[in-house]
Amino acid sequence: MPTMRDAFGLALTGLAEERDDFIVLDPDVGGGTGINVFKERFPHRVIQCGIAEQNMMSMAAGIASTGLIPIVACYAVFASMRAVEQARNSIAYPNFNVKIAASHLGLDVGPDGATHQAIEDIAIMRAIPNMRVVSPADPVELRAALEVIIDHYGPVYLRTGRSPVSTIFKEGDVGFKFGRSLKLREGSDVTIAAAGVMVKRALMASDTLHKMGIQAAVLNISSIKPIDKTLIIECAKETKAFVTAEDHNIIGGMGSAVCEVLSQHCPAPVEMVGIKDKFGSSGDPEELITLYGIDDASIVEAVKRVIKRKR
Amino acid sequence: MDNKRLLELTTIAKKIRSDIIEMNYYAGSGHPGGSLSCVEIITYLYWEVMNISPEIRTKADRDRFILSKGHSCLALYAALYQKGFFKRDEFKGLRKAGNMLQGHPDRLTTPGVEFNSGSLGQGISFAVGCALGARLCSLSFMTYALLGDGELNEGQVWEALMFAAHKGLDNLIAVIDYNKLQSDDFCENVTSLEPLLDKIKAFNWHVLEVDGHNFYALEHAFDRARKIKRRPTMIIAHTVKGKGVDFMENSPKWHGSIGLSKEEWNIAQKSLF
Ligand SMILES: Cc1ncc(C[n+]2csc(CCOP(=O)(O)OP(=O)(O)O)c2C)c(N)n1
Ligand SMILES: [Mg+2]
Repeated sequence: MPTMRDAFGLALTGLAEERDDFIVLDPDVGGGTGINVFKERFPHRVIQCGIAEQNMMSMAAGIASTGLIPIVACYAVFASMRAVEQARNSIAYPNFNVKIAASHLGLDVGPDGATHQAIEDIAIMRAIPNMRVVSPADPVELRAALEVIIDHYGPVYLRTGRSPVSTIFKEGDVGFKFGRSLKLREGSDVTIAAAGVMVKRALMASDTLHKMGIQAAVLNISSIKPIDKTLIIECAKETKAFVTAEDHNIIGGMGSAVCEVLSQHCPAPVEMVGIKDKFGSSGDPEELITLYGIDDASIVEAVKRVIKRKR
Repeated sequence: MDNKRLLELTTIAKKIRSDIIEMNYYAGSGHPGGSLSCVEIITYLYWEVMNISPEIRTKADRDRFILSKGHSCLALYAALYQKGFFKRDEFKGLRKAGNMLQGHPDRLTTPGVEFNSGSLGQGISFAVGCALGARLCSLSFMTYALLGDGELNEGQVWEALMFAAHKGLDNLIAVIDYNKLQSDDFCENVTSLEPLLDKIKAFNWHVLEVDGHNFYALEHAFDRARKIKRRPTMIIAHTVKGKGVDFMENSPKWHGSIGLSKEEWNIAQKSLF
């Protein structure tokens, strides 16, 4: 199975064959963020910035001001926390055309443990005006999204990932649009809104539920900001219950973004699957997701709970 | 520079100082001290060094001035006004809702402003990015950055210095407004910087030390700096915080965020002329 970071490196390389308007900034983590394949092919289009994320982030804005599109490839903890104020004041507030591609998300990081497991990045980045937040579900969607992200003028925070993931979409089968989510499964009893690695788990949960006679719709919320309000409201009207699923703290993440839409436009009971406001730890991601209650079985349980709460 | 030009620059600097205290009076807040200390530096850059004007402000090969010590924007605004980037009426709206001139520079609202500085430490990195971008895009413009001495407390500044030297960015010239004061106290009492010249030299920059209020000294420094190859230059400019307004000079009280009373404004104007 491919990893999202490898897919990211390959997608960059593919796009770079066609266009020369972007470069990559690397704070000495090329191996970790997956850009090394790009670096081998286009060594002159990678700026080695050293382990200095704050300088790198503000510098990216300066480079953008000369017309190039810098793509900062960084671990999510350092992109969204070490250098968040630079992302805000140097990039988002002056609205420079910088893309931030973050790997190492949540429990998906695995053995490196809590220091490297970003469970706050969606909450942080989506609270910044002008900043868009994208979390593709698989390598195919990532590739489609990357091109759209580079074509869009303005700051974007793109989440990739570290561990191997199963592909969901067939090659050429999926496009990407800001503010649009795809319904991957139809279902009338409940809607599961998932992001990133959790989309696959949501699909697995939906299969299990189907066997139990529960029809669960599955939404892929890859455009977390802007979010697809229309589709969320439509699903809320249809199913009258939601489960959100993310490899992120349940505070402020994609689930919260969905709740913001629901509570304002079409209130419905929600159960949130995510990390329950505690730090991650070392381990195999597959073990960790069970330990922390974000595996497909946890989604199934959440669906059962929310259905009981339906009016 | 001949005597005539020296007189002209001195007159421009006086006008800038006068506008700084006027803006500060209207706004009722802002940072007069650090704005007054960098007047000659900004004047010299905008009138003698840089290729910049309202007509070419979006051209790719314009020179860039990055005010890393963004709180000193009163001086930048006064210079941009005199250069014709916007109308004098804007002064009265400074720091007031719905107006163009923000409390710290905003490139999206204010013509001539290159970067939204105000968070200390970020402007120098942005400037390094401009210089690197120029090289990558084969553009021949120069980037100038102005830092505060207190700003040097920020770790990000040293990341930027290390990186700029590593890349040998000779299209970057930075100036430190070494007015010996920061927000609450003298730099010496907060986190002492000395030996400053040695530190920056050790970071592999070409370093010059000048009297930051003397146009001849600035002329000499910028001439030298622009000839240096394969290294960025840092000009350590010794200045006086609050320069020109005697009750403000060397006083932490007039750092900010503080506004002049009508009476103080009158006294200040008199002390300038
Ligand atoms: C990151 C950051 N921290 C704190 C401040 C608040 N602040 C504004 S000006 C200032 C002192 C700056 O001193 P210096 O760089 O010496 O400026 P100058 O003396 O030229 O006014 C401080 C602490 C800020 N603007 N940015
Ligand atoms: Mg100072």
